[in-house]
Amino acid sequence: MTVQALPRFRLPSTLLLGGTLLAFIVIAAIVGIWVTPYDPTVFAVRIRLQPPSLLHPFGTDEFGRDVLSRVLAGAHLSLATGFGAMAISLAVGVPLGLIAAFHKGAVQEVIMRSVDLLIALPPVLLGLLVLAVTPPGLFKTIAAVGLVYVPILVRLTRAVALGLLEEDFVQAARARGEGALPILWHEILPNTWPPIIVECGLRVTFAILLGSALSFLGLGPQPPASEWGLMIAEGRDFLTQAPWVCLAPGLCLCVLLVSVNLVGEGLRERLDPHLSGRGHA
Amino acid sequence: MPIATFLLQRLAGLVGVLLGMSLLIFGIIHILPGNVAYAILGEFATPAAVAQLEAKLGLKDPLPLQYWHWLDGMLHGDFGQSIVMNRPAVELIGDALGRSALLAGFSFLLVAGGGIALGLHAATHRGRASDRILGLAQFALLAIPEFFWAIVVVLLFASVLNLLPATGYAPMSEGLANWAAHLVLPVIVLSVGLVAHVSRLTRSSMIEVLDSRYVLAARARGYAERRVLWRHALPNALMPAITVLAIDAGLLIGGIVVVETVFAYPGLGRLLVFAIERHDLPLLQVGMMVVTAIYALANFAAEILYAVLNPRIRVTGSTA
Repeated sequence: MTVQALPRFRLPSTLLLGGTLLAFIVIAAIVGIWVTPYDPTVFAVRIRLQPPSLLHPFGTDEFGRDVLSRVLAGAHLSLATGFGAMAISLAVGVPLGLIAAFHKGAVQEVIMRSVDLLIALPPVLLGLLVLAVTPPGLFKTIAAVGLVYVPILVRLTRAVALGLLEEDFVQAARARGEGALPILWHEILPNTWPPIIVECGLRVTFAILLGSALSFLGLGPQPPASEWGLMIAEGRDFLTQAPWVCLAPGLCLCVLLVSVNLVGEGLRERLDPHLSGRGHA
Repeated sequence: MPIATFLLQRLAGLVGVLLGMSLLIFGIIHILPGNVAYAILGEFATPAAVAQLEAKLGLKDPLPLQYWHWLDGMLHGDFGQSIVMNRPAVELIGDALGRSALLAGFSFLLVAGGGIALGLHAATHRGRASDRILGLAQFALLAIPEFFWAIVVVLLFASVLNLLPATGYAPMSEGLANWAAHLVLPVIVLSVGLVAHVSRLTRSSMIEVLDSRYVLAARARGYAERRVLWRHALPNALMPAITVLAIDAGLLIGGIVVVETVFAYPGLGRLLVFAIERHDLPLLQVGMMVVTAIYALANFAAEILYAVLNPRIRVTGSTA
């Protein structure tokens, strides 16, 4: 494949498109926490299961609640799951990976064997296991999803840091007599970010997917919250009569996932040295 | 490293992972806050009933002893009792496992076959219309959650077209066509995302191989294109696909939990969700153990296959 190095000042079009979409969703989600056309939790049984109309663009659900309002009010939950989980796995995974790269021996063994173990659990199961024994809720879902991606980040960080430790500029810092912490902070950490950001950008999509799947199974935010996965689960009983109750949050979820995916791919195009200019790596 | 040593080493790793997993599963279930007996009996249970149940389940023993009993029982074929269904867990899991294996098996065939074939097609038709359409479709399919797919598919095929049953499972004794009809929708939903994943990866690794110098050399020698593709390029291009198929086995297991719930398909995934909802901890514990063991075996098989195909791995002893 002949990939030409992109001019540095131009954003890749995927990043631009995905970023615009995502920004739109984030703004709608933040506004939707406080302001929605109707109250997303108040029942109005006389207008239950109404098809989309001018008054209710996405129709109403089995309790007569406005689906558009519920979708807006629940948008921040999916975003919080995806980005919150990523933040947790970053906060836990990156330090552990750096420690494992620096301390050869017992510390590294303990960290890396635990990572092997966690990776050996299929992702949904790890989430199920944590949520099975404690009452479900938004923060537990975020923590469970975050835990799933910790081992991947530990491995990645360690691999990148181990490679960097061999580089001349790190050797030079050692020769200057700098201690472990300054080397870690000034030499290693700044150079580990590009691959980690690329990985996170691609993982956020999976984190949102996993979080909404867990909510769909009833292991996320509880009613009357309008998490999109939960809304789809609730609307299933009326699928034939009122498909819009499921389709509206489902399509919104797809748009969110596509935009996050586009941003992830865009970041990769921009930051991955393997893609932008072959000789560089 | 001779292949026997390699095998033994990996086997020891497998046993280690399984042991660690049993500790992890037992630990999470028993150490996290929440009284098991109250969880089973409900919060208004009398203290006497709670004490009786705790004695019956052996919950009064120290945790290491409980763990040992559980592990020892499993090694001797005693997988415990489901509390809610009051049946041996092994029967419940065995039945469910067979039905899940059907779903997983058909899906895996579809993913491996379809994914690799589509990837190869895209790689050899790079830049043409079919490649572009596949690329777009892959991108879209990867971003659609399984449960949403399931709902769209049910709406289309079961409600609107009235072609296929929306939920459930029919044993083969009720007719082959009926049996197959119940499998079609779950298998499609389970496979779609993974087909996209595998084909995308096969495409990129095949393109990388096709652009390499040894393929250029093979073409320069005047080998037929068919021979270059199948004998020279494909074996190397499939390496990453095999690793990804092992990873996808994990996604497949996760997908099965969701798909079985949506389609009310009586498999292992649905049994696990049932065990969680009803706090049937002995059943949950064993079910989790069985699923992780299957996943560990899939990874083990992938490592072995990888080593057979790529002798360099055996020498360095790492798959990194």
